[in-house]
Amino acid sequence: MTCYSLFSQTDQFVTFTFFFFTAQVFKLLIDLKEQRKDGGKSKHSAGQQNLNTIMYETLKYLSKTPSSRQSPEIVKEFLTTMMPHKLTKAEKLQLLNHRPQTAVEIQLMVEESEERLSEEQIEELIQTISDHLPGDPEQEKAAAETDEGGGQS
Amino acid sequence: MFVLVEMVDTVRIPPWNFDRQLNEAMAEELNKKLANKVVYNVGLCICLYDITKLEDSYIFPGDGASHTKVHFRYVVFHPFLDEILTGKIKYCSQEGVHVTMGFFDDILIPPESLQQPAKFDEAEQVWVWEYETDEGGHDLYMDQGEEIRFRVADQVFVDTSPTGPAVAASDAEGKKEAPYTLIVRIIQTN
Repeated sequence: MTCYSLFSQTDQFVTFTFFFFTAQVFKLLIDLKEQRKDGGKSKHSAGQQNLNTIMYETLKYLSKTPSSRQSPEIVKEFLTTMMPHKLTKAEKLQLLNHRPQTAVEIQLMVEESEERLSEEQIEELIQTISDHLPGDPEQEKAAAETDEGGGQS
Repeated sequence: MFVLVEMVDTVRIPPWNFDRQLNEAMAEELNKKLANKVVYNVGLCICLYDITKLEDSYIFPGDGASHTKVHFRYVVFHPFLDEILTGKIKYCSQEGVHVTMGFFDDILIPPESLQQPAKFDEAEQVWVWEYETDEGGHDLYMDQGEEIRFRVADQVFVDTSPTGPAVAASDAEGKKEAPYTLIVRIIQTN
């Protein structure tokens, strides 16, 4: 294969490539799928089968993650709100991908969270995530129904 | 989970595609070549993001197709070290628990990284986590299809390019190795 990655030939591979937000990948694939729908015959040719497979599987996986509900505006707003917390890019990425709702999950994603974040800050983080990032509508509906049931009794 | 990789390649456009927009023809060729394929030391290529630069196209004697050098960016699946991901258990074997994410299958949890103590049940071909609580022993089975959260510990790239005829003759079995494997650790949650 004549193709080569500019960066795999050097040892600085990881520093040059940059993290691509999962939400962006989801949007890219959805747009590509729409585009190919209008394309007609070309997408069924033998060569395109690989692209079809990977697109289908990746969309299937991503549609079950919080990233599928994050528009670019939501991501931008979330990152701006996150600035004072001084988290690394990798940590913010994980918060976006997983939308943690408990302190335990936050501690898994943020390194040395006991030293860097106080308990109130962790609570604040959970609240920010809950407010800014849309949750799974089915999950929230189920949670609301159990709450109502508890309230009535 | 995904990274954007800048790559350079020479794309061959056959003459019957000359009526198409160059960008479109390029994009189709690049996706045909790279989508769903693992590039050594880079990762699993998903789809083309954009084309950054198109150099001049050349036609060489003996071949009617045009050859163009393209600079482009490709979306690649390449999780970083210690990243947390979710997947489903595909099956268990002596080597450990095999997990799949749908679009990427070669994820392995080696026995040492499972919750201890764990043992492999030969009869049911499943790994079992036996843990003792105050009430007594409980067994947690790593069943197929169960969702599991894990942390990336290591990645292994294997060059699976075809070998020359001399090696191929001696290597009669031809064991199929995965070009890109993720070694991961299970996440301890209650």
